[in-house]
Amino acid sequence: MASTALPPDSHNVFAPTGSLTIGRAGSTQRELEALPDPIMIDLSGVERMDTVGAWLIHRTVRDRGARVVGAGPDTENLLRQVAEADHPTEVLPPPKGGAVAELGTWVVDAGRTMVGLLGFFGAVLVAFGAIIRRPRRLRGNAVVQRFDVVGVRALGIIGLMSFLIGIVIGQQGAVQLQQFGAEVYTINLIGRITVRELGPLMTAIMVAGRSGSAFAAQIGTMKITEEVDAMRTIGVSPVEALVVPRIIAAVLMMPLLAFWSMLMAILGGGLFCWVSLEIPPLTFVQRIAEVVPATDLWVGLIKAPVFGFIIALAGCFQGMLVANDAEQVGLKTTAAVVQSIFLVIVLDAVFAVFFSSIGWI
Amino acid sequence: MSIVLPEGETPIISVRGLENRFGDQIVHQDLDLDVRRGEILGVVGGSGTGKSVLMRSIIGLQTPTAGDIQVLGENMVGRTEDEAKNIRRRWGILFQNGALFSTLTVAENVEVPIREYFPFIKPPLLHEIAGYKIAMSGLPENAGSKYPAELSGGMRKRAGLARALALDPELLFLDEPTAGLDPIGAQAFDQLTLNLRERLDLTVFLITHDLDTLYAICDRVAVLADRKVIAVDTIDRLLQLDHPWIQEYFNGPRGRAAAAA
Repeated sequence: MASTALPPDSHNVFAPTGSLTIGRAGSTQRELEALPDPIMIDLSGVERMDTVGAWLIHRTVRDRGARVVGAGPDTENLLRQVAEADHPTEVLPPPKGGAVAELGTWVVDAGRTMVGLLGFFGAVLVAFGAIIRRPRRLRGNAVVQRFDVVGVRALGIIGLMSFLIGIVIGQQGAVQLQQFGAEVYTINLIGRITVRELGPLMTAIMVAGRSGSAFAAQIGTMKITEEVDAMRTIGVSPVEALVVPRIIAAVLMMPLLAFWSMLMAILGGGLFCWVSLEIPPLTFVQRIAEVVPATDLWVGLIKAPVFGFIIALAGCFQGMLVANDAEQVGLKTTAAVVQSIFLVIVLDAVFAVFFSSIGWI
Repeated sequence: MSIVLPEGETPIISVRGLENRFGDQIVHQDLDLDVRRGEILGVVGGSGTGKSVLMRSIIGLQTPTAGDIQVLGENMVGRTEDEAKNIRRRWGILFQNGALFSTLTVAENVEVPIREYFPFIKPPLLHEIAGYKIAMSGLPENAGSKYPAELSGGMRKRAGLARALALDPELLFLDEPTAGLDPIGAQAFDQLTLNLRERLDLTVFLITHDLDTLYAICDRVAVLADRKVIAVDTIDRLLQLDHPWIQEYFNGPRGRAAAAA
């Protein structure tokens, strides 16, 4: 509107009218870019300007030497404000090398985690040692409460899962064994595989998902809210107060849950055999007692507490690694579950070799 | 000591007959409050008098049991999401602990509202806008690429302020901005609030416990007690009221020290 008042020279005039705000940032930027140098910006028609509008003017002046005319005192003021705040800012932290660097970081991190886990294992042993010397330092209530959370409350889901797995093993086994006319060996299959392998293993996976993750999340949250630091300053050892009760609970509950899982899986398999293969329950139970050696039960029940220890150790360790922000709780909880299931399966393989070699086949 | 503005003056925030109850517990009852355009209004009250609940009601995070709330001339109670969106881009909110998105850097945090409402603004302009907002909030240049976890408490508040200012709001809500800051940091933050108000024509709704902040920057102070706003006025005129809580608050040893400063 006021462009007629400008001195007639060779400048290309940009004369916005109305409001020059963030809502018009896109079109303003395009219009400015379309104009060739030299530019003259006439602000006399602008009724309302915000910092984004001012910034667009400022960067044009800064980068292309545009002249500004017709700015009122408020506009001048705003232009000065954004000019003062003109500092280049990095949006993202500098990238860290390429794929090789990433692999290197990953290897170093993995190594540190394993060393850290070993160190944590040592700290737990020390805490156990201290408690054995002074048993009164064991937090009985905490342990009993963990029994409830880790053990009793897991009965339903582990029972249901095992029952269904028993049915699946029976059904799949029967289909294959029928081809040889040997359906009756379905009973051997159900009995031996659930007692020796699947009972403890499936229970361990369920406990890792249920309790290992909970341990990591609980301790991790306590780290963020500085509860763990508060404990330390009061003189309470976090390992004794938080880790030891969880480990005791997991170690004692795992064999019981694994036994429960074996029973439910055999029950499910028995039901399948009764309904589908017409093997009466009494015969099924008799056969189970004949074909499943006592050593199978021992194999299952010896593995279970070790798995429990590993799960609780990994869960608590990852929880203790949480620092800084809430996202870490999620990351470390995931890490706890992955790490404990991985370690459980590795140990299961070791156990399989070990028990075979001592003749418990 | 009228809580409600006289006829003819249009408030930027207007609350009428607000009632908030949680089960049996009544936090607000028949609460009225007006905020003038361009003022810095301090909101004070003892712990549990519902300062934060009041703010959450005004910004729509808490649906009141009863009452009318108008912000920037728009009704806030029972409005649709679309209408609310238009109001939301006209205000900025600084939560008590910054409430920064922890997976994003400071600069990305500032860019979130801009990307949401103005998706056509692309880098590098987007990054430049984030950059000057960060500088305006008094953060050092290298703060933009840091994650919230790497910042100190004071810097986190400034980063939260930068995000609150991202869309050039007309209205700024600050929930205890100086809590947890050292006196120098708190004073700097007060000064920053004042400067921004001057520069950007802001109206500021400020919840605080900090008597120094009240004396230093607030135009008027609203006192919450007995489930409502019992008075809104300058501190000098509040002191002439003989409400026991007001007297104790401003005439206690801390209140007198702040007044003398």
